[in-house]
Amino acid sequence: MNSAIKISNISKSFGPVKAVNDISLEVKPGEIFGLIGPDGAGKTTLFRIIATLLLPDAGIATVLGFDAVKDYPQVRRRLGYMPGRFSLYQDLTVRENMEFFAAIFGTTVEENYHLVKEIYSQLEPFKNRRAGALSGGMKQKLALSCALIHEPELLLLDEPTTGVDAVSRKEFWEMLARLKDRGITILVSTPYMDEASLCDRIALIQHGKILSLDTPDGLLAGFKKPLLAVRSTDMYRLIQDLRSYAWTDTAFPFGEYLHLTTLQPVPEEAVMDFLKEKGHEKIEVKQAAATVEDCFMDLMQ
Amino acid sequence: MSDSVVIQAENLTKKFGDFTAVNAITFEVKAGEIFGFLGANGAGKTTAMRMLNGLLLPTSGEGRVAGFDVYRESEKIKRSIGYMSQRFSLYEDLTVRENIRFFGGIYGLKRSRIKEKTSRLLRELELENVENQLVKSLPLGWKQRLAFSIAILHEPRIVFLDEPTGGVDPITRRQFWEMIYKAASGGVTVFVTTHYMDEAEYCDRVSIMVDGKIEALDTPGGLKKTFGVGSMDEVFLKLARG
Repeated sequence: MNSAIKISNISKSFGPVKAVNDISLEVKPGEIFGLIGPDGAGKTTLFRIIATLLLPDAGIATVLGFDAVKDYPQVRRRLGYMPGRFSLYQDLTVRENMEFFAAIFGTTVEENYHLVKEIYSQLEPFKNRRAGALSGGMKQKLALSCALIHEPELLLLDEPTTGVDAVSRKEFWEMLARLKDRGITILVSTPYMDEASLCDRIALIQHGKILSLDTPDGLLAGFKKPLLAVRSTDMYRLIQDLRSYAWTDTAFPFGEYLHLTTLQPVPEEAVMDFLKEKGHEKIEVKQAAATVEDCFMDLMQ
Repeated sequence: MSDSVVIQAENLTKKFGDFTAVNAITFEVKAGEIFGFLGANGAGKTTAMRMLNGLLLPTSGEGRVAGFDVYRESEKIKRSIGYMSQRFSLYEDLTVRENIRFFGGIYGLKRSRIKEKTSRLLRELELENVENQLVKSLPLGWKQRLAFSIAILHEPRIVFLDEPTGGVDPITRRQFWEMIYKAASGGVTVFVTTHYMDEAEYCDRVSIMVDGKIEALDTPGGLKKTFGVGSMDEVFLKLARG
């Protein structure tokens, strides 16, 4: 088996909306592959097709060597799927949810406890609490435990970290790295672009199309526009002023700085002089390295 | 309370049974400030925000919002603030125009004022072509911008934004923040929660809640200096991870 997932020319429409528009990609065994894109990009539709829950209008999806349409029982047995919306039974306890998902796949929590031990041990103090009463980070851990309990070869994680705080997000990615070390292939989607660097390869997607498919480093290396980081005391006015600057291509806030792309390389001093003339104070202009968000924004335009 | 302080909390506390969700928080927000209210899931942000919105009575402590007392004048508070959450803000089965008219009516604006506000808002948001479409048919980013505009339709002194930018593309997210900047430069106080740490950098000051308490409060620059790190992400991880 050369690829864990191979999808070729997959399309799916809902009425007039082309949710997935002729997408092809391959996920290699043992890699963490990230689908990066905003709401409505088509990520969930793609997941549902790969998980055999939705039939594509056109194209072929092969998952772990099996056809996602014809051989769906084989596919289902071998993958763990964590949907974007909370998928567990809210009225069952933590323990009951685990037992339920184990039973569906013909196994027991005891038999496969070693697979989820590390994650589930953090939930054990709350094992008799109803899933609906857990905090966001805990729900996410339980959902992952339930997706892992039947020892899947492939994990499909649809926006597992959306709405989760920065600390829990970091812990979650540390868990994924350890699952990868155990040889599990992971396809994960996220709207948080900073998480892209934690994947082996990423596809940036929007409006049902792939904008770019590369390693995180390869994507960043492909950003060719001159990029400066700029700041002053009045950021709102700074945006307005820089957009009126003759050499400006785009100007957008990026954390404590503003990222300025220019139509051709412009010396820092020139930008500095322009802003001084506009009355800005405490001006700082420096060369900047592109982030995944810079690349995404550039590819969108 | 001086004129320029629009939110004031002193030892504000909320207990649910023997669980202390918000534990004696004390802080002030000044007029026109963009104030970032950060914390991990379950740290008590939503509970604190609901007390300041007049939706939940505190167990103890003092709180004044827009000059009104959180215990006795919650109705006046509700009329002086705008509120936008990720979960609920607009009626999906009403059109863009109907949503504006509906909320204008709720806020008690006169019919002529609503009419004038509606055309200006549709023009500014470039929604004139879709004014008669149901809100549910709009892209998420448009909905968020519309929801924000409606939250400040009645020209409140303060607007509370609860994770307003989740799930949109990076350009749309930034366009939203430009609306926040614009409102703040017009004097509206913005009280905002977010999980995007780069957005914390856009705030004038940021507080970070851990287990019901405010563990840090400063400008983003000040916080980074105090914790000796280069980004708000690292500040957050250091604090929230304990």
